[in-house]
This record gives sequence, structure tokens and C-alpha cells, in this order.
Amino acid sequence: MKAEQQYIDLFTQYEDLIRQHSSAVLNAPRKQALEDFERLGFPSVKGEDYKYTDVGQAFAFNYGINLKRIDIPVNPYDVFRCDVPHLSTSLYFVVNDTFYEKRLPNVDLPEGVYIGGLKTFTELYPDVAERYYGKATSSNKDGIIALNTMLAQDGFVVYVPRDIVVKRPIQLIQIFRSDVDTMANRRVLVIMEPHSQAKLLVCDHSIDDVKFISTEVIEVFAGEGAFFDYYDLEESTESTTRFTSLHVKQEASSNVLVNGITLNNGLSRNNYYIELNGEYAESTLCGMSILDREQQVDTYTHITHAAPHCTSNELFKNVLNDHSTGVFSGRILVKEGAEKTAAFQSNRNLCATRESRMYSKPQLEIYADDVKCSHGMTTGQIDEAALFYLQSRGIPQEEARMMLSIAFTADVVDNIRLDGLKERLHNLVEKRFRGELAHCAGCRGCQ
Amino acid sequence: MLEIKNLHAGINGKEILKGINLTVNKGEVHAIMGPNGSGKSTLSSVLVGNPAFKVTEGEVIYQGKNLLELSPEDRSREGIFLSFQYPVEIPGVSMVNFMRAAVNEHHKYKGLPPVSATDFLKLMREKRSIVELDNKLAGRSVNEGFSGGEKKRNEIFQMAMLEPILAILDETDSGLDIDSLRIVATGVNKLRTPENATIVITHYQRLLDYIKPDVVHVLYNGRIIKTAGPELALELEKKGYDWLKTEAEE
Repeated sequence: MKAEQQYIDLFTQYEDLIRQHSSAVLNAPRKQALEDFERLGFPSVKGEDYKYTDVGQAFAFNYGINLKRIDIPVNPYDVFRCDVPHLSTSLYFVVNDTFYEKRLPNVDLPEGVYIGGLKTFTELYPDVAERYYGKATSSNKDGIIALNTMLAQDGFVVYVPRDIVVKRPIQLIQIFRSDVDTMANRRVLVIMEPHSQAKLLVCDHSIDDVKFISTEVIEVFAGEGAFFDYYDLEESTESTTRFTSLHVKQEASSNVLVNGITLNNGLSRNNYYIELNGEYAESTLCGMSILDREQQVDTYTHITHAAPHCTSNELFKNVLNDHSTGVFSGRILVKEGAEKTAAFQSNRNLCATRESRMYSKPQLEIYADDVKCSHGMTTGQIDEAALFYLQSRGIPQEEARMMLSIAFTADVVDNIRLDGLKERLHNLVEKRFRGELAHCAGCRGCQ
Repeated sequence: MLEIKNLHAGINGKEILKGINLTVNKGEVHAIMGPNGSGKSTLSSVLVGNPAFKVTEGEVIYQGKNLLELSPEDRSREGIFLSFQYPVEIPGVSMVNFMRAAVNEHHKYKGLPPVSATDFLKLMREKRSIVELDNKLAGRSVNEGFSGGEKKRNEIFQMAMLEPILAILDETDSGLDIDSLRIVATGVNKLRTPENATIVITHYQRLLDYIKPDVVHVLYNGRIIKTAGPELALELEKKGYDWLKTEAEE
């Protein structure tokens, strides 16, 4: 319990301070979360689900946490100009784990829509907040969620009432900015009431070279007939560690797309839990990572089909260079009664060096009779025949390798349902492979 | 233009070419015929530098240079082009990007500036028409989902784009229906100039009805066992290869 103890001590010592700088809704589950954390601890490498990521070790380090909510001297608008051509978004910032309230985008949101800080939201709409906060997951699920629930003081919210369509894509940039090693405990809460629509792009950046660690819990509620896109783009640094846990609950005929792209990172563990709870719900879950040096992305997905006639499509790809490590563990659970389920999973990996490692484990658990399910996994090298074909037309070998690597990830990017973003990501992926994004370029890289 | 001297080569330690001698001059069309397994495709692979094949002896002089020392990409940029017997499908790489990269590499090698976007599209359009290749195919991934005929036409389209000095057509007629065969052959003929040369590797006389060779060689068991004028192709069509095999073995 060595790594855990410092967080238990910290919480016990500063509980009042944490509460004081947060809100009643966020404070409510803290006690229970502490109990859960004390009982569960960090997930162990001895367990099946965290075999390749040593969580305890990642947290053992002594990070600073901004419990007093001291203003970080940064104007994110100066640091980032994410003025993406063909993609104008409503732009919001979270600095470490505090929502940046000082300047909000000048947009006319449809009536009733709330986009902004979590703390403020829970104060403005305590009833709605209480109904949803911490309800797509629970601190007894795993120790990292418990720790996050203990310590989270703010976050980001998208709340779209019934029948409302938010046309302009929403962009949240989460930045790590600190002169000392820092931990952030982030929350994102998305409430899509029946038949509402919105698209959210979250970009994670680190702008300093100190050590950063984040825990993040993202909860998405998609009501009946709601449409929601969630794009997660990580462009951090080698000294950044992140643990995210995304929990999506989908009602009947809802349609949710999740696309998680890692262009640069240190160590990332991304958990995706999708629950299809109403008939004819549709889920697309995809992602990719481009890894080199000692980078690691550990992807864990768990899709639950709990209602009939639902569809899920899952596609994850990894390109591994140098000594990098990729992990994919994909579980599909089709519950009893979830007839006419269609669930497809695919994991494809390209290991460009002998030293890179990919661990992949698909798991299908089916308790219904009339279902269509498939899974497939391949890990291989660049296709030598294709390489030679390109070379034989005058394209240098290095360039040809790059073209094939870019092509390998193209279908994940093609899953993006926002044209401007799709274009930009094709571009960013190419830059990444060309080594032009070797360090997090902030959103300047997006231009 | 091309001089092959006593070329020995093989794959996985097995010798396939056992001393090839062949001279090709500019403006000429050479046909290389021969039964299956005689080494025809190995010869084309070695000429374009396929790393799977190892040269064990002999030399190849192309335009005064030692061809075997050049990388595959440099051979292409020096003007050698292979129309593949089995063109490779490359999902995710669009024909447009592929050709733009290739054309610009050729330009760079020659010290020319990259081709502008509008000029490039114009070039694509112009060359596409030579092999009646659909605009839609040009927008798709390289060879992905192309029919056999479309793949071969796509090879000749690439040849038109890169304007090689020495074109090697490896079994370009295999798997082609009669219409595609005519289109492909017409395309190849349109690209002929007094300055370039073509090596047509084929099993059958059929393609040679459209692309008239100046010289016909018969490759058997890793050696060229007979060289003659175009009439040899007709003779082979009638009599098969057996009489030559017997002759060679004697």
C-alpha cells in the first residue's frame, strides 16, 4: 500500500480544503470514494487487466496537486491558436484540472445548453448535476476512478437538453502547465438528452517538460435518439502519464462515436466502457496510436450489449517504432436477451522494429443466441511487396515506409464525422510520421 | 542502352538465371518468351532490383552505369520501369498521392522543381486517356479492388506518367480480356519513341500481334537458348517450346 498511502494521507489531511474549493455535488461522493480507494488500492500488474501497466509505480512519485485552486499564470489563448481551417469550434480550456473561466468563447448557444466548468454547473443546476455526476461509473469500479472521485474539484460539462442540436463543434483543450511535477484530476460530464446532438473534440497537451500525471473520468449519457461524437486527441510529452476512463451509457436509437488518437505521449492507459442499454443503439469505438521511443499506450475496451438490435463497431490500430509498447484488450459482452446484436471488433498493429512490443487480447462473451459477432487481430510488419512496388516507381525506401505507415492508420482517421477535423488529422498524422511533431507543438501544430 | 553479361541470379540459394547475355539498343522492342519456370520473371525482378533475388555473377550495364549497384528507386529515376505481373494492392495510399510522390521524386533527381497541383492534374488526365483509365480509379487506393484488366491498365498509366527509357512488361497480357489487351498494347505503342526501348516478357504470341518486336529471345532453364527475328514468335506459337528444349539439351 506504499503508493496509495500518500494519497490517503493527503486526502485526510486536506479534505476540508478540497471541499472548500469545490461544490456540494462533487463533494458528496468523496467519503465513499476514499473507502473504495482504501479497499481497492491501485490495480495490480498481477491482475489480468493491468498486466502491462504498473499503476502503483506511476503514482508512487511525489506530484504536486493544486488543491487550493491557485491561479496558474497562463493565458491559454496566448499559448494556443487552434484556428483550424474549415473547422471553427467553440473553444474552451482546462488548465491542469481547473476550468478556465476568464474568457469564454463568444458563441450563441441554443437556449438551455450549458457548456463550461463542472464546478459552476453543479452550482447552477444542482439537480441535473446530481442526477448524472458519478452515475455512469462508480468509485468501486477501480482504484483510479476512486482516487479521481476523491480528489476532483472541477472539470468540464456539455449539457444539451432534449431536441436541441449544437451545430458548432465544441473543442476542449486540456493543458498541463506547471513549473513543478504536477498531478491533475480531471472530469468531463456529457449529458445528451433525448434527440439532442453535439460533437466534442478534446485535445490534451503538455506545455512544460516537468513530470505530469492525470486521472480523468469522462461520463457520457446519450439519451434516446441522441447523436454524440467524442474525439480525443493526445499530443503530450514523454514525461506525461495519463489514466483515462470513459464511460458511455446509450439509450435506444442513440448513436455515439468515440475516436481516441494518440499522436504523442509518455504512458497512457485509456479505458473505454460502452453500454448499449436501449434497442437500436449504435456505437462506433475506434482509436489509433503512433508510438516510438519508450512510449506506451494501453487500451482497454469493454462494450456491453444489454439490449436487442444494437450495433457496435470497434477498430483500434497501433504503429510501433523503437522500443515502444502497445496493449489492446478488447472485451465484448452480449447479455442474455440482447438478440440481433451486431458487434465487430478489429485490432491491427504494425511493429516497425524488433524491439517494439504489442500485446493484444480480444474477448467475446456471448449469452444471447441470435447475434452476429466477430473479432480479428493482426500484428505484423510493413508489407515488403508494397514497399518494393512504391520504390520501383522512384519513391525512396524511407518515404515509402512512411507512406505505408500513414496509409495503415488512414481508416481510423476516416471514421471522423467532422470534415475539417478529418483533414487536419490526416495532416497531423503525416507530420507525426515525418517527425515534425516530435514534441508537443501545442495547438500550433494544428495550424 | 542495356547490356547484360553472363548474369547469374537466384532466390533462397537456388540459382535460376544461369548466365544471361542480352543487349538492347534504343528504339528496339525485345520479346522474351519461354515456358513457365524458365526465369523470365526472375530476370525482370533482378533488373529492377527486387531485394528477394540475389545476383551471384555477371554484370548489367545500363546507360553506361553499373545497374546492379543502384537502389530500386534510383533505377526508376534513371528511367527503368517494370509493369508488374501482379501489381500490388496498397489500401490507404491514393493513386493521386502515389503518382505525385513518384513524379516529384523523378523531378528532384533531375534537378527539376516539383510539379504544380494544376499541372499535375492535367498530366494525370492526359496520361489516363492513353489507357482509357476511369477518373474514379485514379481517386481510389492503389490497385485496391481493381479488376485484373484495370490493374494492368494502371501499370501502363504509371508508365505513361513516368516516361521510362527502358520499359519491362512482365506478362502484361496475362489475365487480360481482348479489349483490355488492345487498350494496353495501344497504350504501350503510343509511348514508344526512337529514344526508348521495351522488353516484353510473355508466354504467348498474342500480345506480340499488337506490340511488334524487333528481336525475339527464348529463355529456357535460366539461359537464352535462341534469338531471332519476329518470325520466331510465330513459329513458337505453332510448334510450342519442345523442339527448342530438345535442341538446347543436345
